[in-house]
Amino acid sequence: MNGSVAHSRPVAATLSLAGRLAAFRTEGFPHIPVLIILTVVLVAIFANVIAPHNPEVGVLGDRFRPPAWQAGGTADHLLGTDHLGRDVLSRLIFGARVSIIVGFTAVIFAGVLGTTLGIISGYLGRWVDQVIMRITDAWLALPVLVFAIFLAAIVGPSVSNIIIILAAVFWTRYARIIRGEVLSIRERDFVRLAVVAGCSKWTIMRRHILPNVVNTAIVLGTLQLGVVIIAEATLSFLGVGVPPPQPAWGLMLADGKKGMMAGYWWLTVLPGSCIGLMVLSANLLGDWLRVKLDPQLRQL
Amino acid sequence: MKRFVLKRIGLALLSLFLLSLTIFLLIRITGDPAVLLAEPGASKADLDAIRTQFGLDRPLWVQYWSFITHALRGDFGQSFYYRTDVFELYMSRLPASLLLAAAAMAFSLLLGIPTGIIAAVRVNKWWDSAGKMFALLGLSMPSFWVGLIMILFFSVYLGWLPSSGSGTMLHLVMPSIALGWVFAAYNMRLTRSSMLEVLGSEYVKLARLKGLPEALVIGKHAFKNALIPVITLAGINLVIMVNTAIVVETVFAWPGVGRLLYEGISFRDFPVVQANILMAGTMIVVTNLLVDILYAFIDPRIRFER
Repeated sequence: MNGSVAHSRPVAATLSLAGRLAAFRTEGFPHIPVLIILTVVLVAIFANVIAPHNPEVGVLGDRFRPPAWQAGGTADHLLGTDHLGRDVLSRLIFGARVSIIVGFTAVIFAGVLGTTLGIISGYLGRWVDQVIMRITDAWLALPVLVFAIFLAAIVGPSVSNIIIILAAVFWTRYARIIRGEVLSIRERDFVRLAVVAGCSKWTIMRRHILPNVVNTAIVLGTLQLGVVIIAEATLSFLGVGVPPPQPAWGLMLADGKKGMMAGYWWLTVLPGSCIGLMVLSANLLGDWLRVKLDPQLRQL
Repeated sequence: MKRFVLKRIGLALLSLFLLSLTIFLLIRITGDPAVLLAEPGASKADLDAIRTQFGLDRPLWVQYWSFITHALRGDFGQSFYYRTDVFELYMSRLPASLLLAAAAMAFSLLLGIPTGIIAAVRVNKWWDSAGKMFALLGLSMPSFWVGLIMILFFSVYLGWLPSSGSGTMLHLVMPSIALGWVFAAYNMRLTRSSMLEVLGSEYVKLARLKGLPEALVIGKHAFKNALIPVITLAGINLVIMVNTAIVVETVFAWPGVGRLLYEGISFRDFPVVQANILMAGTMIVVTNLLVDILYAFIDPRIRFER
């Protein structure tokens, strides 16, 4: 955490948007992961246009139909149907919507909360720092998943509750790391000059510190996106996440368990692959961003 | 040293206090604790009875004091579902969880350490990239899905392994792989970076200069030192495994504390849930404390840190 490393970073902030994009299109850009994420986002946005069937209503006579290419499958249900006769493809498409909404919103909420607290803690120091960091320690003592399950069990399942819970559980990582960065930034000349120039603490934190930690927050956010999506799927799988009959990938896996012993593989393999692909893509993009935007975080 | 240890113990106690306070307050902020403590479908009169019985009409700090003093004595109340003491119930499930965690840890070390070493020795070769990809895959697949796919393959199609339950060694195979999978990826990454660091050190260079065969340099001089962080972390990971096994234990119907937490949630057996969370937090805080103190014994520089 020495000054020289920090000095080399904020150059990108001065470039125009076009310049930044051009700088991004360099070697090692994770084309396929970005393509996958964009596809999932588009599918999520246009779910009601693309999906061939209503994801929440099934025809009981059509239960456990295999995918179209297997014996007994029909072209009407390309990827088969589940235990209530609901179209798997449509549920996967609408499930993308839940994953994207929960994933992105929770990461943004957690990021805003954690970054704010990290900046306040690192810049103000003294007792404020002590209070915030001790609370962070206590919250970090519980594994995120167990904490999330506990919270979900007391507030009850719904999409908005999940977002709040995941944000409430995941902000601690941001707070810790951002605070560490702020500790070195606040010793730098431009901050001292701002103090001399008579800027208020609030202005310094907002105008001078925040822009220097935004990169770190973005990298952390991308890296957490995958973890958050897995957490949402796990909560839904355990029955404390997205309430049925809403389509969510984790919920589909829980339902898929019912048909598994009979060999209905598509109910397990397909939703799980969606989660895996999405999380893998987010991780690959996050890894690349980390190297690109923030050399200090390479050790993470 | 004494000051350091005392300070660490103080911080750990503070963490535990804040954690219990957080849990206590969250339960009271998010809803009526009487509803959570009552059995599902309790009448208005029952709820009032519970409020007086648990003293929920008293001031908050009085309630917290009684909550914490009972918890310290291992008294977390009665389970609604099992009709037994929650702490006893928890303790009766713990051995199964420890067994599963130990097996998962063994799996993750056996897979993670060799692959990590090979990746470090052949750094930037195809094997290294394959290892990195494997680690990323490990971190991207939810453990319950790995479990489900294994059940589908090994139980349903091949019929080799039992899909759920416990009792024999065969029952242990799939749950421990599902649980250890992610940790294998972590161990691989950690072994790789630790090995790379050691391989660049002076004493390894000296060993090479002495003309020792490469196998001896890596196997004897580098390997042992590179393993220190991996083994240290294994201690903490074991405790984390015990407390995050809820999904894997649910998928494989493994009778550990994770399964108990899941049952607690599905049966709305709130005392069980609360005890489980508090025990998890306590175990992790205590382990971290022990590791900190152990580190300070090994490495004097840590003691003098601010």
